[in-house]
Amino acid sequence: MVVKDIIDILEGEIICEGDLNQEIKTACGSDMMSDVLAFVKDQSVLLTGLVNPQVVRTAEMMDMACIVFVRGKDPDDSIVNLAEIRGITLIKTKYRMFTACGRLYANGLSGGTKI
Amino acid sequence: MSNALHLHYEVSGEDFTRAGEASGAVKKRLKSLGYDSDAIRRVAIAMYEAEINMVIHAEGGFCDVDIYPDRVEILLADKGPGIPDVDKAMTEGFSTAPDNVRSLGFGAGMGLPNIKKYSDEMRIETTIGVGTNLYLTINVKK
Repeated sequence: MVVKDIIDILEGEIICEGDLNQEIKTACGSDMMSDVLAFVKDQSVLLTGLVNPQVVRTAEMMDMACIVFVRGKDPDDSIVNLAEIRGITLIKTKYRMFTACGRLYANGLSGGTKI
Repeated sequence: MSNALHLHYEVSGEDFTRAGEASGAVKKRLKSLGYDSDAIRRVAIAMYEAEINMVIHAEGGFCDVDIYPDRVEILLADKGPGIPDVDKAMTEGFSTAPDNVRSLGFGAGMGLPNIKKYSDEMRIETTIGVGTNLYLTINVKK
């Protein structure tokens, strides 16, 4: 799956465009950034309902290519600027967290970690 | 010591949105020096969590980073309130962060456990009312 597929599956809207052909192997859905940071995964997408600059910084530390804001939340300019500089794609989807994760999972994306 | 690349950063305690700038800068520098991406990620995450802690609990401080060919040594020093019970602070899920920090996505009690997990060596020197020095060593390779 690539970033572009995620946009299709979540009927998402691009807020900040990075590499849309970047491959995505795993996903992580959380509003707690420390929980995201607890599991290093490769080439991941972050789904979150949290809207602040630390979401982008967390993605940066984790080498994540894409952040999805659920429930149609709009990040402000400071967040978009941070993502732009780092080449991270920002997407918003109208789906809620559970549904957004479920749609990606149903299309073959996994959490990437064993229980 | 002479073969280390030394970096110094001040961490502002006033602006939560800027927390992570030092970690991001170190990450970028390690990348340009050609270190292995897994190792870089471990350095970045450990340092980022520590930086967040400094902002949440200690009104900022400074980071000294020494980059060697085989390891990165980081000192994060603050003049905060100190950690009364380090063992308790190391427990996953234990947090003394205020509620407003939780609404920012931190304060889940994972900071120090995460730092320990990603570091090869971790040492805390803390004195109540004086501050905390956190020493980290993370082995890296190119």
